[in-house]
Amino acid sequence: MRGFGKYAIWIYSIMALVFLMVPIVYTIVFSFNDSRRTNIVWRGFTLDNWLNVCDAQGVCEAFGNSILIGVVATVLATTLGTMIAIALVRYRFRFRSATTLLLFLPMATPEVVLGAGLAAQFLQAGVGKGIGTIILAHTMFCISFVVVTVRARVASLDPALEEAGRDLYASPREVFWRITFPLLLPGIIAAALLSFALSFDDFIITNFNRGADVTFPSYIYTAAARGIPAEANVIASGVFLLAIALVLISQFSAAARRRKLAKTS
Amino acid sequence: MAFGAFATATTAAEPVARRKSPIALLLLLPGLLYLGLFFLVPLFSLVITSLQQPDPVLFGQFENAFRWENYVTVLEQYWPQTIRAFGFAALATLFALLIGFPLAYFVGITLRRWPLLQALALVLVIAPFFISFLLRTIAWKQLFSDEGPIVGFLQALAILPGDAAITGSAFAVVFGLTYNFIPFMTLPIYTSLERLDLRYVEAGGDLYASPRSTFFRVTLPLAAPGIMSGTLLTFIPAAGDYVNASREFLGSTDTAMIGNVIEANFLVLQNFPAAAALSLVLMAAILILVSAYVKRSGTEDLL
Repeated sequence: MRGFGKYAIWIYSIMALVFLMVPIVYTIVFSFNDSRRTNIVWRGFTLDNWLNVCDAQGVCEAFGNSILIGVVATVLATTLGTMIAIALVRYRFRFRSATTLLLFLPMATPEVVLGAGLAAQFLQAGVGKGIGTIILAHTMFCISFVVVTVRARVASLDPALEEAGRDLYASPREVFWRITFPLLLPGIIAAALLSFALSFDDFIITNFNRGADVTFPSYIYTAAARGIPAEANVIASGVFLLAIALVLISQFSAAARRRKLAKTS
Repeated sequence: MAFGAFATATTAAEPVARRKSPIALLLLLPGLLYLGLFFLVPLFSLVITSLQQPDPVLFGQFENAFRWENYVTVLEQYWPQTIRAFGFAALATLFALLIGFPLAYFVGITLRRWPLLQALALVLVIAPFFISFLLRTIAWKQLFSDEGPIVGFLQALAILPGDAAITGSAFAVVFGLTYNFIPFMTLPIYTSLERLDLRYVEAGGDLYASPRSTFFRVTLPLAAPGIMSGTLLTFIPAAGDYVNASREFLGSTDTAMIGNVIEANFLVLQNFPAAAALSLVLMAAILILVSAYVKRSGTEDLL
């Protein structure tokens, strides 16, 4: 692309990025709003919401539930998904295409169907809905995403490294924990972070299976009818700023490493 | 991100010779059993529920039956919401592609010479994932509200009549869906473009292809796996979404989608057979559309 086209893509893309940022900036700005009952009109700057986050009824409890659910579902899904990913790349077995289909289908099914299906199942089995059923549901939809993420890492792993371990008389267990696992770890961490993010922000499946328990997204959904308190903005903004800080650090260090590599080669 | 892996998985080389071993079973079994129990069995529960009929004695209860007429009833009653869901999702996918593709091209190709800028732009693309999508949607609702800055501005320019509203309209719902899924569209396209070897593009120029035909003959085909993952990752959740179209968010009763009807029937009206039948209709329609699309695009092995 030359001439005008060269600038057009810059302008268009920067506008698109600004567009993506608008509601984020809005949410953060309104976490500082001196709101009383509703947080819709700007009434002036205050730090009160940040200093007394838990003042809004139930918001901190919902946030705590979301963290708990996210952590447990992430651990379960990452463990189960990593095992499947290793088996898919390393082993020959029958029903391979049925297995990949079973892994693909949950990602191709709309959340509302997953949520209603689980709710129908719990209803028929007479299981009471609550944090437990939310964890079961979140683990289910995270597994496929873990498999996809970790699988790429397993596929790129050089088997010669493990062979070297075996040649040096390491037991299979030692080979796994001292060679395979550390090499897979970046992929596993990426998968775990993704699972946590998916679980933490899930609303649709949760809403069908939460019973009377409240997660952070379901708190916001319920509050939307009467006005969302600024404290919810505070929690969301806090999580956002923390996550962005972590991502920025990892991205920039990776970019710096690439640049260094480019210079030396 | 897994959304990237979605696109890369199709071409991932697997150099290892696969062994046969009982370990495979041990590794697979727990996860597959889990998916069987909490993905397949629920689908089966939906089938059973969708065929139930009201209990003749206990009001509000249902008993197992084989009432396939339930499907006819829900389709007769809710066909507008069903059509609307697919129409809105298709529009949102199109708009997300129109915004996401140039953005992915910009981040993946234009910014290659500036690694730090590229890293920063990529962070901005994924930033929406880190803040509750309900709050982002509420932010648009408030920006679009009747007293909000956007409506006031458009009215001052006489683009909008004085009594017009944006929230509650089909425009607002498609707008919200588009906004929410731009990152899902952009990231897979970015992953295919980011690995694109620019020498192919140069070769197109060397062989006297115009920039336009190089783009359509070289760049676009190489981005195809990403475009496909992106459209699926946008269209499927958009068709089932009920947040954007909900009355508390950007929609109104006139914009209700199939997801809203399923939610209302299941959680409010407690008409479980209707909700289950609608869920299965949605799932079947999506599977038919997706498999037709996947076949047409020629990438069978998505995972």
